Amino acid sequence: MGYPHQPHARETLVLSQYFGDRDAVGLAGWRKRGGYEMLEKALGTKEADLVQTVKDSGLRGRGGAGFPTGVKWSFMKPGDGKPHYLCCNADESEPGTFKDREIMRWTPHALVEGVAIGAYAIGAETSYVYIRGEFTEPLQRVGAAIEEAYKAGILGKNAMGSGRTVHVHVHKGAGAYICGEETALMNSIEGRRGNPRIKPPFPAVAGLFGQPTTINNVETLAAVPHILRHGADWYKKFGRADNPKSTGTKLYSVCGNVARPGNYEMVMGFPFKDFLYDVCGGPPAGRQWKAIIPGGVSVPIMTMDEAEATLMDYEGFVANGTMLGSGGVICYDDRQCMVRHIARIARFFAHESCAQCTQCREGTAWVTKIMERIEAGDGSMEDLDTLLELSENMTGKTICVLSDSCATPVVSGIKKFRHEFEAHITQRRCPMRTAAAA
Amino acid sequence: MSEVGNLHAESHGSHGGAGHAHGEPHQPVFVGAARRELDELLARYPTKMAALLPALWIVQNARGWVSEASMVETADVLGLTPAYVKGVVTFYTMYNQHPVARHFIQVCTTSPCGACGAEDVVKAFLRHTRCGELGVASPDGRFQVIEVECLGACGFATPVMINADFIESVTAERVPEILAGLD
Repeated sequence: MGYPHQPHARETLVLSQYFGDRDAVGLAGWRKRGGYEMLEKALGTKEADLVQTVKDSGLRGRGGAGFPTGVKWSFMKPGDGKPHYLCCNADESEPGTFKDREIMRWTPHALVEGVAIGAYAIGAETSYVYIRGEFTEPLQRVGAAIEEAYKAGILGKNAMGSGRTVHVHVHKGAGAYICGEETALMNSIEGRRGNPRIKPPFPAVAGLFGQPTTINNVETLAAVPHILRHGADWYKKFGRADNPKSTGTKLYSVCGNVARPGNYEMVMGFPFKDFLYDVCGGPPAGRQWKAIIPGGVSVPIMTMDEAEATLMDYEGFVANGTMLGSGGVICYDDRQCMVRHIARIARFFAHESCAQCTQCREGTAWVTKIMERIEAGDGSMEDLDTLLELSENMTGKTICVLSDSCATPVVSGIKKFRHEFEAHITQRRCPMRTAAAA
Repeated sequence: MSEVGNLHAESHGSHGGAGHAHGEPHQPVFVGAARRELDELLARYPTKMAALLPALWIVQNARGWVSEASMVETADVLGLTPAYVKGVVTFYTMYNQHPVARHFIQVCTTSPCGACGAEDVVKAFLRHTRCGELGVASPDGRFQVIEVECLGACGFATPVMINADFIESVTAERVPEILAGLD
């Protein structure tokens, strides 16, 4: 299963330092590695000071949106008399992304500790870790870690003897990509269909069960104990000197056509070209890459020229027309038909649309139909105009961004690989089919 | 969830061979240990409704699928209406609305796995189980194969779930060996 993990010399191991280390999974082993020391420290620190440290560190959400974590936490007002909730988003469903899965499999206590610290900082007595239903092993590992932590008095009504209540529960999803959207996730915990909610009100005002709520990604929360241990300045050092907006390390999941798929932890600002060709080993032997999706299928597709010019941080990816997203790097080599893959991505979104907004429900299905028609050799040049027009009407018009996410690969695909679309249309077949003998 | 065409067979046909025929009298799920499990879950949430997803998992773990009668029972124990429960069940693809075969095989075919040969894995499962087509149980009733969206293990293409077992790095060549290990 790709482990024990053999880190590349150019990685910076913070979150992933114990990946593959079976002794780190259980509580005894975790404590030997300094586990829960930072929770104990946090429970003796003022909430506002913790929030300030996280703010100072520059930590930003690792789930895809990149919102500053400390700022998000500061929206919660401890002592307002209302129950507060922390939700940990472990619904990891963005195609190409499998980093949170590894955190939960190998260092479940790191997540539990991060959740407990976050909960204390925002004044929440109860936290829910929302894990997708397909993640059998992470569900088992995180569940076992929580049980161990309760038995050891780390969690519960008097967490580590602090007098504070810290409850952490796993909530198991049941197969719905959209539940990774924060308001859909809250609905799903409440026992509802996973339809995203209109914002405002934002979760910090009226979230889970109508109460002030913060939602953080697994990787975000797992980074918090490290920040408390080493300080905000230490964390800020991981990044480009000329870009203070992106700090720390980031886990990248690498998949598709690549010599060494897997998870890699890199400092912000690392050159994407070195990452792809050196750290990940380049394309499979004898192949050339033609496209990279750097942050899960929701972000714009990159050509190799764009990818090779990119520095890996929030701003670096934006400067090259795409986004860091979830850090799910998908590589496509010269055997792959981009039209076929974009059609398949569109089908994914059509399948996962919750169907409450018209633009999304109708748009994702229509885009899929046209894309599959083109891929089958039955498309027309007018279809390309229709796709672009449709995509425009699917962008920025719905409750959540699933609709936008479907339009994104279509628009970037037509822009950057138009010749492949046109070849399908003029030759009335997929030109790759014979070449790949698919 | 919107359905586009019939390439995906996640709204499974009623061809499963699990032996829970529709129309049999309903034996309650939430008795004994299952009831105690539900009561423990209820303590975790401020509302009864919030225990709905976990309650449906208890049903599916006990019965292999979520029948109409189970939905009525679940609604009853949580103070919800059967129609509401059905609305939730039908939203989430992992709740089986029909009995499934003893070995329910779910193969990821989303784009990253598709780039690594997932289609060949699906074909190999359909051939070696003798299912022939997606969603249809094998002639001996043991197997049922469907395609699913991203299982979140793209670097270990192709991930396959067989019931609750998550198998990584499945290739078409490995399929006979995997099937040989199943009863």
